[in-house]
Amino acid sequence: MADLSVNIKDLKLKNPVMTASGTFGYGLEFADFVPLEEIGGIIVKGTTLEPREGNDYPRMAETPQGMLNCVGLQNKGVEYFCEHIYPQIKDIDTNMIVNVSGHSPESYAECAARVNELDKIPAIELNISCPNVKDGGMAFGVTCEGAASVVKAVRKVYDKTLIVKLSPNVTSIADIARAVEAEGADSVSLINTLMGMAVDIEKRQPLLSIRTGGLSGPCVKPVALRMVYDVAHAVKIPVVGLGGIQNAKDAIEFMMCGATAIEIGTANFIDPAVTKKVKDGMNEWLDAHGCKSVTEIIGAIK
Amino acid sequence: MKKYVLDLKVVSVEALSDKHVLIKLTDEKPLPEILPGQFVEVKVDHSPATMLRRPISINFVDRETNQLWLLVAMVGDGTRQLGKLQAGDTLNCMLPLGNGFTMPTEKSQKYLLVGGGVGVAPLLYFGKLIKEFGADVTFLLGARKASDLLELDEFAKIGKVCITTEDGSAGEVGFVTNHSVLENEQFDMISTCGPKPMMVSVARFAKKAGVECEVSLENKMACGVGACLCCVEKTTEGHKCVCKDGPVINIKQLTWDI
Repeated sequence: MADLSVNIKDLKLKNPVMTASGTFGYGLEFADFVPLEEIGGIIVKGTTLEPREGNDYPRMAETPQGMLNCVGLQNKGVEYFCEHIYPQIKDIDTNMIVNVSGHSPESYAECAARVNELDKIPAIELNISCPNVKDGGMAFGVTCEGAASVVKAVRKVYDKTLIVKLSPNVTSIADIARAVEAEGADSVSLINTLMGMAVDIEKRQPLLSIRTGGLSGPCVKPVALRMVYDVAHAVKIPVVGLGGIQNAKDAIEFMMCGATAIEIGTANFIDPAVTKKVKDGMNEWLDAHGCKSVTEIIGAIK
Repeated sequence: MKKYVLDLKVVSVEALSDKHVLIKLTDEKPLPEILPGQFVEVKVDHSPATMLRRPISINFVDRETNQLWLLVAMVGDGTRQLGKLQAGDTLNCMLPLGNGFTMPTEKSQKYLLVGGGVGVAPLLYFGKLIKEFGADVTFLLGARKASDLLELDEFAKIGKVCITTEDGSAGEVGFVTNHSVLENEQFDMISTCGPKPMMVSVARFAKKAGVECEVSLENKMACGVGACLCCVEKTTEGHKCVCKDGPVINIKQLTWDI
């Protein structure tokens, strides 16, 4: 049994497997299928200062080895989260992490400050990369200045582990990573979804209500691996890798490219117990290869 | 209700038409508790175009034989692969998902179950449970033509069956909402599943007649458990997940133009 534990600044993960925001609800939805305490961290649904209804249906289109979504950050707001959801999830024996989004540096900071008050939430993931909302989201994540402005505002009010989720829809993701590192981010996670489109040729219409959506699933994995590799070589803070991970082999690839931990997203829809299987599979691989700790493979590819 | 992922064993696959198959599944252990109107998400193997699970409504649960039936319309590559399953194969299913239809509370109640096309699927199990409860159940089933009508013999075992076909090749001619039973009888609840235009017409009739009405929706979905928020329907209480808060929704909560 290899040591699977890893650290992201002060955040201690019992294993490197986390769930990607928006694909695992608040964890409770999957409790029948997988022991939640065996997951290294659960990153819950994107949360904003004010409630959001999200975009109109249809919000999802399946594409070859992937899917597009344009949910648009539907959530009941941070106050509802604190009052009604936090009490239900605070005693789950793993790291419960909140994905925080906003439409201005101030709204990100106000939301983060509220989450900072919650004892059992040891970290947040700052979503500066949602491609599906007009007022903010990815707008901040595609320039170094925009990304820095949000991280700067949040860092002032948030003193626990701050992970910043990066958009792949940029010219140089390494530059954005350096910009958020400079403002005090403790970690970066990548990639959020790639902007894409799907078409119904009979109706001569897009398949999604707002025309475009974010692409996820196995089809994005090679792009994500390249970006994780680039960012891991550009910053000193730990990198969390995600994008199309379906099994332990995929997860190990991300870690060899420089990720300290990984997130599983779309694969949860196909196998709701995939997180545990990836964790167990990593352990088996490490044992078979004589590794005592998972940290031995992080950044193995120079 | 506890949900499961089970590798169910295929007992038989029967072609009911050129585009519909009835897949009967079983398990070594007793099947879990299943409410009428709930669905399963099946994992489709051997279909590179199908990554996500496919939601399929539960057609029937036979406790004596420990069988679960899925009535599948073969519309895309994934569902065509399901049609190729053979006895002895396994089918990975997440179940039971969703809320289900509202059961009668009084034996004096009269239920009308209206189905169109493959939308008749969940009404068979629902009808059986209504009959077992002791309330009255009538089926109103519609199709384009006689050969598209599915499982008529099974429905007839449970209750009165009224039929409409668009070409008049069976039953009364026209759409389900044209059937004379709607004028001649009164019901306490109308429950419907089928193409959206049909359900809109049924909902409009029910609203005008002042009858309670539930519809079963089939919005495109991914997770099946209310996590991804892809399959939402606009309601009077905001967006609701068809997979978790539905698939059955009372028409009073919908924002349809009825």
